[in-house]
Amino acid sequence: MSAGAKRVEQLDRVVIRFAGDSGDGMQLTGDRFTSETAQLGNDISTLPNFPAEIRAPAGTLPGVSSFQVHFADYDILTPGDAPNVLVAMNPAALKANLSDLPAGADIIVNTDEFTKRNLAKVGYAASPLEDGSLSDYVVHPVALTSMTVGALTELGVAKKDGERAKNMFALGLLSWMYSRPFESTLRFLETKFAKRPDLVAANKAAFQAGWNFGETTETFTVRYEVKPARMKPGTYRNITGNQALALGLVAAGVRAKLPVFLGAYPITPASDILHELSKHKKFGVTTMQAEDEIAAIGAALGASYGGALGVTTTSGPGVALKGETISLAIALELPLVIVDVQRAGPSTGMPTKTEQADLNMALYGRHGEAPLAVIAPKSPSDCFHAAIEAARIALKYRTPVILLSDNYVASGSEPWLLPSAGDLPDLTVAFATEPNGEDGRFLPYLRDPETLARPWAIPGTAGLEHRIGGLEKADKTGDISYDPANHEFMVRTRAERIEAIEVPDVEVEDDDENARVLVLGWGSTYGPIGAACRALRQRGLPIAQAHLRHLSPLPANLGEVLKAYDKVVIPEMNLGQLAHVIRAKYLVDAVPFNQVSGLPFTAATLENMLEDVVKNG
Amino acid sequence: MASPTLNSPNRTLTPVKLTAKDFKSDQEVRWCPGCGDYAILAAVQGFMPELGIPRENIVFVSGIGCSSRFPYYMNTYGLHSIHGRAPAIATGLSASRPDLSVWVVTGDGDALSIGGNHLIHALRRNVNLKILLFNNRIYGLTKGQYSPTSELGKITKSTPAGSADSPFNPLSLALGAEATFVARTIDSDRKHLQSVLRAAAEHEGSAFVEIYQNCNIFNDGAFELIKDAGSRDDHLIRLEQGQPVTFGADNRFAVTHPAGGFGLKVVEGGDAIVHDATVDDPAYAFALSRLSGSDLGTTPIGVFRDVRRPSYDELVTKQLVDAKAQADGTPEQMLDGLLHKADTWTIL
Repeated sequence: MSAGAKRVEQLDRVVIRFAGDSGDGMQLTGDRFTSETAQLGNDISTLPNFPAEIRAPAGTLPGVSSFQVHFADYDILTPGDAPNVLVAMNPAALKANLSDLPAGADIIVNTDEFTKRNLAKVGYAASPLEDGSLSDYVVHPVALTSMTVGALTELGVAKKDGERAKNMFALGLLSWMYSRPFESTLRFLETKFAKRPDLVAANKAAFQAGWNFGETTETFTVRYEVKPARMKPGTYRNITGNQALALGLVAAGVRAKLPVFLGAYPITPASDILHELSKHKKFGVTTMQAEDEIAAIGAALGASYGGALGVTTTSGPGVALKGETISLAIALELPLVIVDVQRAGPSTGMPTKTEQADLNMALYGRHGEAPLAVIAPKSPSDCFHAAIEAARIALKYRTPVILLSDNYVASGSEPWLLPSAGDLPDLTVAFATEPNGEDGRFLPYLRDPETLARPWAIPGTAGLEHRIGGLEKADKTGDISYDPANHEFMVRTRAERIEAIEVPDVEVEDDDENARVLVLGWGSTYGPIGAACRALRQRGLPIAQAHLRHLSPLPANLGEVLKAYDKVVIPEMNLGQLAHVIRAKYLVDAVPFNQVSGLPFTAATLENMLEDVVKNG
Repeated sequence: MASPTLNSPNRTLTPVKLTAKDFKSDQEVRWCPGCGDYAILAAVQGFMPELGIPRENIVFVSGIGCSSRFPYYMNTYGLHSIHGRAPAIATGLSASRPDLSVWVVTGDGDALSIGGNHLIHALRRNVNLKILLFNNRIYGLTKGQYSPTSELGKITKSTPAGSADSPFNPLSLALGAEATFVARTIDSDRKHLQSVLRAAAEHEGSAFVEIYQNCNIFNDGAFELIKDAGSRDDHLIRLEQGQPVTFGADNRFAVTHPAGGFGLKVVEGGDAIVHDATVDDPAYAFALSRLSGSDLGTTPIGVFRDVRRPSYDELVTKQLVDAKAQADGTPEQMLDGLLHKADTWTIL
């Protein structure tokens, strides 16, 4: 494959969306394009979008699956608001995505699928390729399926297998268009189909045919280049939030020198963490697929009691079921990490769509006064560090910690500057080995004066045999107690010890240092908020941004930060849950800005809203 | 942490000599005077020294209910958890700490109602747990509602017109859940209770023991038919390995397998089957479990089933040990390798 003689144009950024039927392999195509792009050194951000149904009826709107990739020669914060290029593998994919395209966008369509039947399935009376309705766009009609089949006939590939390789034809074409290095894709195909050399050959040939088509056809007159981004020196890989979170838990076990025990019940969109962790037994990671969500956290808590780092991973419906066991962990004062990969609720809601509406449940969703620590990652790669931070708090302060990821960061991906294992925080803990009371007695609730954590005395330790449980315990001895003053003391102490957790101050990004408006976010909205603030500043509108990782306890300097601005705006993918907390705790007239569509904010939405606030107060 | 290769409580490296007194905690026992739980506690404390396991390697885990106060009174490690969840919590503990001897104490409401799911899955997995179900056929701690083992038509505070739901047969349920060890005993028969505990402790994998326990406040006399010296001989069937299954005065009743039938039957003066708890097919133990219903008319006690199947703990531990044998460096080096195990690129 050689570079063609076509005109080459330089771009600073491109957003491509691959869209097709859920069986068309769009996620894989997007993944490979992302990987090629990463190799080139562009900054990247991706957003997969797929239905909960494994195979919705072919050719229908609910069956459309897409993968958006944004890449640039500078550092970017989001997967992009609107695609510059849409690859539509069938009429449904075109119809489902057209409204997101700005005028002038390129559309590459697979004309083979634009049959009368397929058009009728999605309600097109006439083919949009012929009725002039796409005149605002640059349409590239490509007979993707038949050209793929044609290219593979000489290899003796059956028509059905040939048709299935059409996504590789599309990938080859796009790789040519954007001058992507393709060696990693060829290597990937060799590994993926190692047991089927015929499929390796077929997919490679389809990829090559797509590339060659771009080079020779007159449909495409321009090739594009996006130069590498100037990123911090180091070694990078592309990673999704769920993968990063799983690796963070492995890392936490290594740095704590403890076995990790994951109890989990399959649930979208958290299951990938279970899948990833199940591969890492070499690191002393045990995964148990439990009979239900309650057993999953119960087993994790049992393992924590035995001296492991107990973890359970789930989504909102699972957290609801785990509530009683979380309360038990609060009473037992044992380390436990609960990962909630949030999805749109209530009830089953929209399992593959994102939302931040579990904050209230994380902070308050238990009976009694049941405080715990809550933290949230801000981007896919940040899930790694957030998992380590969750483990740090859980182990040091002997408390359950809820880690609030969401589908946007969990399924999205970005380049990750790989840390060195030796530089990660040291999480080692000391188990109790000696009696701590008078006369050789062991007092399971005698606290460390600094952290207010109680000793972690694990079974197998002679002389420290003790009994604990969910009944209220007497201070120090841990014996059952119904004493009114003791209960008051214990309730207040449990609250105090969460407030006493040391968390870093929140940092404010205020480049011009003259902003009067602060935008405060938490979790996965970091990218779109950051992109919006950057755009405003470039237009000379000053704005400050602060982003919370720690939601319980809140950073000590937060009140001071909030009061330094005339106006505080809080965008959230819920109906204002953090805004409620801020207003109640700091008596600040914070303005909520809420979206609950199941989709992340676009930077443009936030930019428009913030512009209005900055200009008009 | 202790060696993960030990997976049976009776394979302790250094047997220790302890007495019943060593297993008594400093907590005041607070069951109602006359409760059957006292007898069970004394029997367990008296039996524990036989195991030769150091106290620190024994853990009692319980749920909620009268029986679930049990761990507070044992001078071992103890965890009094939440309603129905003890088998799940104990599973995580046992699977991650196969060096421990883990006992679950539960009741008919705790194990068979709110915690039914965890019980059947613990048994299916064959987790190395000894599960003692104190069955008093009533909710005691909540003051007298009918339980999932109460007889049909039971009149209680919550069922003034009689309960309308049929009870579970706990042993049939356990056998249906693929339990590898299933036994029944009675609170007041200390010798029998201890012999069953001994067999349970020796079993590798889940051991399910139903203990008929009298609640003298809310369901007094529930098991009187098989306890009373005047009636028990004609109703209680003592299962003994390798012995014919007969009972009654002069062994006049025999448990037989009728030709062409599926189950077992009690006949007067017939040929008794010879008891063998190691029969692999659970149908035999199931047929034994069906001999008794709510009326206790012909109630077998003893070990119904005792077969060997790899425990969950063993299988999980083996996977871990095999994987760790592949370790090729310090944990930090391996972690660096893992993080880089992808398409990477370097910016200079």
